[in-house]
Amino acid sequence: MRPRLDLPAWLFGSIAVGALFGLPFVISKANRIVPGVPVGLVDALGPGSVLRWWVLAVIGVTAVLTQRRWLRLVATGLLCVWFALALGHAAQLLTPPGNAVVRIAPGAGFWCAMASVALLGVDAAARLQLRALARLALLGLVMLVLWAALASGYFDHVSVVREYAVNADRFAHEFSRHLSLALGSVLAAVAVGLPMGLACQGRPWLRQAVLSTLSLVQTIPSIALYGMLMAPLAALAVTVPTLAQWGIGGIGYAPAVVALFLYALLPVVANTVLGLASVDPAVVDAARGMGLTDGKILTRIRWPLALPTIVTGVRVVLVQNMGLAAIAALIGGGGLGTFIFQGIGQTAIDLVLLGALPTVALALAAGVVLDALVEWLDRRRPA
Amino acid sequence: MIEIESLSKRYGELTVVDAVDLIIPKGSITAIVGTSGSGKSTLLRMINRLIEPSSGQVRIDGRLTTSEPAPALRRRIGYVIQGNGLFPHRTVAENIATVPQLLGWEPARIAARTEQLLTLFGLDPAIHARRLPAELSGGQQQRVGVARALAAGPSVLLMDEPFGALDPIIRAKAQEDLRTIQRQLGTTVVIVTHDMEEAFLLADRIAVLDNGKLLQHDVPARLLTHPAHPQVMALTGTTDRALRLLSLESTAAIVTAGEVSGPDLPASMSLREALSALIWAGATAGNVLDAHGQRSGHVTMQAILTRGSAAR
Repeated sequence: MRPRLDLPAWLFGSIAVGALFGLPFVISKANRIVPGVPVGLVDALGPGSVLRWWVLAVIGVTAVLTQRRWLRLVATGLLCVWFALALGHAAQLLTPPGNAVVRIAPGAGFWCAMASVALLGVDAAARLQLRALARLALLGLVMLVLWAALASGYFDHVSVVREYAVNADRFAHEFSRHLSLALGSVLAAVAVGLPMGLACQGRPWLRQAVLSTLSLVQTIPSIALYGMLMAPLAALAVTVPTLAQWGIGGIGYAPAVVALFLYALLPVVANTVLGLASVDPAVVDAARGMGLTDGKILTRIRWPLALPTIVTGVRVVLVQNMGLAAIAALIGGGGLGTFIFQGIGQTAIDLVLLGALPTVALALAAGVVLDALVEWLDRRRPA
Repeated sequence: MIEIESLSKRYGELTVVDAVDLIIPKGSITAIVGTSGSGKSTLLRMINRLIEPSSGQVRIDGRLTTSEPAPALRRRIGYVIQGNGLFPHRTVAENIATVPQLLGWEPARIAARTEQLLTLFGLDPAIHARRLPAELSGGQQQRVGVARALAAGPSVLLMDEPFGALDPIIRAKAQEDLRTIQRQLGTTVVIVTHDMEEAFLLADRIAVLDNGKLLQHDVPARLLTHPAHPQVMALTGTTDRALRLLSLESTAAIVTAGEVSGPDLPASMSLREALSALIWAGATAGNVLDAHGQRSGHVTMQAILTRGSAAR
């Protein structure tokens, strides 16, 4: 077979090479706030064996030229590891011994190279059409490698990790708060949305009313929705002091969860309605004709047939709320957004990244897990 | 036996089924025919109470259908619809096991019954039992639909345009299979169809419905020779009624002794097919072969033509 030109591979490969050698690989800052000095890749790595360049070249050329998707996936993975190791090495090299104030932050070259190689890897993974379980395993592997890398101490001098070390206690707290905001609101939306979707089944007027109302909620910007909830929740807390004791009030965790819950409701209800409505009427007629009661038709026929569609809706809201939960910090709701907004206030980019990177990782991970769940549920419906 | 007494269904001002009296003999196939909107499906669905009658009553084997809850009644009655309505998320075996499971059969008994039915319908249990409906051909899906309806051994089988979605060749095979299996099991079958060809091929008796009223209920030949209403004649058609009449009898009915020179005609062949065979062969008579392939006599073209005449 004549090897054909793989355009995306060449494009991403060229971007990565250009970024690595044309843009600053790291930024060296005297402290966390001042603007830094850009350092190129060659200078950042300092003197050393020529072997590392050979390794980079071999893996890089393999990733671009190979026709085998799994090989490309492995090669791009190794490239990411190489970039990360280079970053860690540069941070150690450029930080004067004993100096805890200097910050070595990843530069544009690192980010661009990492992003283009990661895209190439994701593309290869997608074309491999991995099974649900294999994708979960891949996600697990990536998380394990990431955890091991951070625990090893090799990256302790990188600016974001430094920032983490300073905020370690708060990070654990805000991270679990972030998860609780996103997961709690989605769980509540499922608990309320499923019965609402069921109730809409066969009642067009109700479905119309519910979906229009929820669509309207969806159009309210998140900040505005927080504002709108502030007054009624504050009033509630004043009139019912018990509720105030539970932490319900105009600002804080409660209005954040309520807002996230309201945003999550539309996709859950809409997909429940859609899933139930898409069940073939002939199937329901046959079931009734064979003597299934209405309850059994719901639990044995409608429900299992609608479930993949419903879980697709849950996937959408979970990914959406993982990101949206960052805004909760604005009204004292906590979560990873706390670091983002503090970082913006202090013009400390490292602190912003400490909030933003885990938020993105959580959203991606939630998407992969729920995708796998949908595929597993759908396994009995061949296309 | 199904006894239908002055059964009506009204939706407000609209009367869909109008005081229908009908007795369907045990072990027979009865076709309910009529144009769209004649009320034939409604009549069928009132037998298993998928539609509750406005007035009148139905007895199955002497027992009023209202004497038990509708789901319990339906579990005793087979039901097959157009496009088969198989559960897409359940395997073939699970689909067939639906009613036995509802009736609380032992798993071993259900498994044995499923295997027996698959074999009866020409499907290999080892291959097809664990497939999903989408993995079967249209004809196989239709057979599984009928097998599912017969799973708990119902005495009555209701079919609503069961073969409407099949292509002509598969449909002919499915009709033949239905006839064979119905004779084997002795099930009372009520089949709704708008295809007169199908009604004449399958039915022992045909009920003609028009605007909710029963116009005629009789053996197929009488519909042609003694139509009770102009609408019956319109429905059966007049251009090919002689041929249709011939299609209802086999060569065995008019066989006479003696051997002639001409084509061999199986005794099971209809007179219409025999006539066609004679025309094709350019012969005026043919020998009739009995079930063992022995020549048992002959039929002449003249005898066939007389048989197809209203003046006989």
